Amino acid sequence: MQVQSYFSQLDNFEGELATLNLGPTHPATHGIFQNVLKMDGEKIVSAEPTIGYIHRAFEKLAERRPFNQVTPITDRLNYCSSPINNMGWHMTVEKLAKIELPKRAQYMRIIIMELSRIADHLVCNSVIGVDTGALTGFTYVFQERERIYDLFEEVCGTRLTTNIGRIGGMERDFSPRFHRLLKDFLKTFPPKFEEFGSLLERNRIFMDRCIGAGPITADKALSYGFTGPNLRAAGVDYDVRVMEPYSSYNDFDFTIPVGENGDTYDRFMVRQEEIRQSLKLINDAYNNLPEGAYHADVPDYYLPDKPDVYTKMEALIYHFKVVMGEVPIPKGEVYHAVEGGNGELGFYLTSDGGRTPYRLHFRRPCFIFYQAYPEMIKGAMLSDAILTMSSMNVIAGELDA
Amino acid sequence: MSSLTNELVHARIMQHAAEMVLGSETAYDGILIVETARESLIGLLTLLKEDKDLNYHFLTTLNAIHYPDQTGRELGLTYHLHNWMDNRRIRVRVWIPVADPHIPSLTGLWPSANWMERQEYDFFGVIFTGHPDLRRILNVDDMDVFPMRKEFKLEDGTRTDKDDRFFGREGNYQQRLD
Repeated sequence: MQVQSYFSQLDNFEGELATLNLGPTHPATHGIFQNVLKMDGEKIVSAEPTIGYIHRAFEKLAERRPFNQVTPITDRLNYCSSPINNMGWHMTVEKLAKIELPKRAQYMRIIIMELSRIADHLVCNSVIGVDTGALTGFTYVFQERERIYDLFEEVCGTRLTTNIGRIGGMERDFSPRFHRLLKDFLKTFPPKFEEFGSLLERNRIFMDRCIGAGPITADKALSYGFTGPNLRAAGVDYDVRVMEPYSSYNDFDFTIPVGENGDTYDRFMVRQEEIRQSLKLINDAYNNLPEGAYHADVPDYYLPDKPDVYTKMEALIYHFKVVMGEVPIPKGEVYHAVEGGNGELGFYLTSDGGRTPYRLHFRRPCFIFYQAYPEMIKGAMLSDAILTMSSMNVIAGELDA
Repeated sequence: MSSLTNELVHARIMQHAAEMVLGSETAYDGILIVETARESLIGLLTLLKEDKDLNYHFLTTLNAIHYPDQTGRELGLTYHLHNWMDNRRIRVRVWIPVADPHIPSLTGLWPSANWMERQEYDFFGVIFTGHPDLRRILNVDDMDVFPMRKEFKLEDGTRTDKDDRFFGREGNYQQRLD
């Protein structure tokens, strides 16, 4: 009887709007987002996003942490590609302290950063597959992502929140096992990835679901501050790696893929092609990896070898000074941007010469482009809205900081 | 790639809007900073955005900073603009008193400013006049402080081992501990 009365109530909704809470913990949103939707049947009339569910006050925390202790905070921004965040932060401090890295260290960074871009895009693209009903590709490429995490583990000891590298270079050189794993990865990953692509790229069902879902024009994307793959899918070829090359990206030749319609399919295809370009970058950087030091010679900022700390007075002093943050750093403000998994990830650091940032502001690409979401899904079906969100690759950690 | 230099940009701004510019300097990282007053902020940013030669069409980000010692100009707003055609960046800075933290909103120029301004309101209490929906964004709605202001300590103030006077920090850091 109760069921019946419920349905008779629903009938009364004809011509009226229903309110639907999508999230905060909804399995389809892949993260903690809340959207209060006004629905006309299955059509979205308006959406009101609420964010901040995993806000952890990173900007405030950074004001009481020495520069090297800020790195673990950056891990937790876009946790699908932590190394890019880590290295973006290191490069910001290096810009402030005017540290020039040896080529080997820069190329090592490129290899790690491009590996994490692949990991980031793999998650995003395979989740688009999941949201269109194709789970196989997701389970398939997650094994490949695990192999990338094995590589990270070999370099820094952890897999997800990497804290990889140090201010002034890498923490250690690539180990023999890393070389073995990377060579294996570069050989066996591309055919598996192409297999994943062949499951979806020209799949009729997938294309029908994605083409035209959540489109945005280039003009609109620019005015909403889009960067990264989402902007490139709309046809604007802005990439920080090319515009303001850092870490010797200008030594390499790679293509920036662009889309046309800015819809889910274009976002998917741009990321697919970026993975191929990242592979090319890794191959080029690895095959041309120069000999030399894996860190700059800056004892003021870079920790000495641990055995030296136990046996040499000077190394002990430097170790103490670096750990306690006792080294003077120049005053001034620097902005450094890197091409994160989602776009321009910027660090705006204001230093007053103290051992911690006076103010550190993160330009988080997710936070800026997610505000276009209500407009992108207006008038769309609920299932398209889910798809649009996963194809925008909104990462809660980066969104909320 | 970048034919536009800081000098050229500065000359162009002075030519069109000298009365709006309070000062300018080159930042540590080589980016031009132009200081303006809040009354002329929208005028200056419109010029930077619309002028064909300047063409700072992209709002990268905006952020606030708090210097409790600078009486009458405690809060600083920094607007980061970027011209992608010539690949030039510029920062526009406005100082406002913390007792009267009002500044015009940029949402009419760039829709992307909407959440950026909500974020700075949330953390610094800067009131962006003309903003369509100025609410807290990351913190809880019923929070009654603006936590990024320097008077809010991050750690227990009785801790002495993190007093930066012992670690060569310049300036009056004690202010932040009290």
